[in-house]
Amino acid sequence: MAEATLNAFDLSRQFGSNYAVRDVSFHLNKGEVLGFLGPNGAGKSTTMRMLTGNLAPSQGSVKICGIDIMENPKEAKALIGYLPEIRPLYKEFTVNEFLSIAARFHKVKSSYVHRAVEAAKDKCGLAHMSNRLIENLSNGYQQRVGIAQAIIHNPEIVILDEPTVGLDPIQIREIRKLIKEIGKKHSVILSTHILPEVEMVCDRVQIIDKGNLVFHGSIEELKQHRLGNKLLIGFSKPPALSKLKSIKGVEKVEKDEQGMFVIKFKEKYLPAEEIVILASQENWGLYHIAPHITSLEDIFVQLTQVQTLDNQIPEVKKT
Amino acid sequence: MIINVARKELKSLFASPMGWIILALLMLAFGSFYLQGVNNYFDVMSGSIRPAERVGVTIFVGQTVYGIASFLMLFAVPLLSMGLISGERKSQTLPFLFSAPISLAEIVVGKFLGLIIFLSILVAYILLMLSTLNIWADIDFGYLLSNSLGLILLAASFSALGIYFSSLTSQPIVAAILSFIALFALMGLDKFFGSQPNHWFGYISLMKHFQSFSRGIIDSKDIIYFILFITTFLVLTIRRLDSDRLRG
Repeated sequence: MAEATLNAFDLSRQFGSNYAVRDVSFHLNKGEVLGFLGPNGAGKSTTMRMLTGNLAPSQGSVKICGIDIMENPKEAKALIGYLPEIRPLYKEFTVNEFLSIAARFHKVKSSYVHRAVEAAKDKCGLAHMSNRLIENLSNGYQQRVGIAQAIIHNPEIVILDEPTVGLDPIQIREIRKLIKEIGKKHSVILSTHILPEVEMVCDRVQIIDKGNLVFHGSIEELKQHRLGNKLLIGFSKPPALSKLKSIKGVEKVEKDEQGMFVIKFKEKYLPAEEIVILASQENWGLYHIAPHITSLEDIFVQLTQVQTLDNQIPEVKKT
Repeated sequence: MIINVARKELKSLFASPMGWIILALLMLAFGSFYLQGVNNYFDVMSGSIRPAERVGVTIFVGQTVYGIASFLMLFAVPLLSMGLISGERKSQTLPFLFSAPISLAEIVVGKFLGLIIFLSILVAYILLMLSTLNIWADIDFGYLLSNSLGLILLAASFSALGIYFSSLTSQPIVAAILSFIALFALMGLDKFFGSQPNHWFGYISLMKHFQSFSRGIIDSKDIIYFILFITTFLVLTIRRLDSDRLRG
């Protein structure tokens, strides 16, 4: 296993008698982008605030490169760059002024401050905004300043809380590209409720719901969830359901809202060929046949609803 | 690190019109009281024939200017200190400070120091202004220095209390009003016990301790009082911020 830069052990946080986060344990490997996925109010931000030392956990501990954030907050915090959900920008300053302050606060040596500011601006495409007041920047550029602030001291770990919220599609694409870029040199934790974003940017994903970790694995494992033993078939002259059911290996046949058939088949069978032959023989007007991909949204709903139904954690995948 | 926080705070004060306006208005007020003091000096002194009634120009003008300065600080400091923490709460910038490798004590002391540096511009200005009397008179610099020290300690106490009230709320205006009321009460405590000058309650009054400085006496008792006052409120502020982290 690769070297872990961040370890969270049984993190819990109570607000009054409610658990916002409960027994969450995970690790972050060096040079990977970890997606933190969950619906609103699932405990993503609370977890991130605990990871960065902004909030004390009720139980559990966080280790940054082996340094406990509760015991040695200064040393640990120096290794983290954090962009909270609401970007903490001093809007009365210019980009240059703000980034210099950020660099100094993060213990960048004074002779390197200028260089660090230039490098961060370069990475985030802010060079031509140097002397603009942050207040006057557009939403997307303000977000870039937020990210620049988080990477200015070249931290081991960059933690970004919903970095693409409220941006337009072009800005989102640019920010995602930027995050991928950052992920090459730093370990990144990224929280979001947008599933395709995780697929595009992250190496590994964990899904949190109501304070509990419900899924934990690589993107490929998440995708495997999507490709079940299902075929999506469209006929212009649809046959009776019983005919389809009689095909060898077919377990279940369903019709969806668009009039397409979803055929679930037993493992080790792939009835596609038989269906095609049968369709042409009996003139069903086959116009579409493809593996049925459960959307990530569906998986998300599945994973989070299992949770609400029997209030039990489904088997958490080990990586 | 404390210096970096102080630098940031000072930059913030000068980045808003508030800092400049307060600075300008106070200087205008000090300047006009200085002028009035000098003018009055000749009127009053030409009327006092007996030598016992005569006072030096330093004390006469100094009393006017430092008297008004200590009074005006009562209004100016809450306005300057109100945003120090509540402003950051309001604009949600506190996580920026909390996730940087800076301790809470460094944040609070740094902010306090930034404000003190700003206020000492005013104190230095008054000192410089009164020193110009030396051009045609022989003035008592010891008196001026003792007053300056008193004024800076008084302003520092105001600031410490202002920061504490600023840490309690996310509304800067509320912080300003609360700290103004608290300061006003603390200033006037000795007035309530005017008949018993040695009552312990009067002893906590800020003004009582400023008075010896304004007479030109530097008493270690008063210095310790101010330092204790400042430390108390700074520690309370640190604890308030720490409870943010613990309670969320």
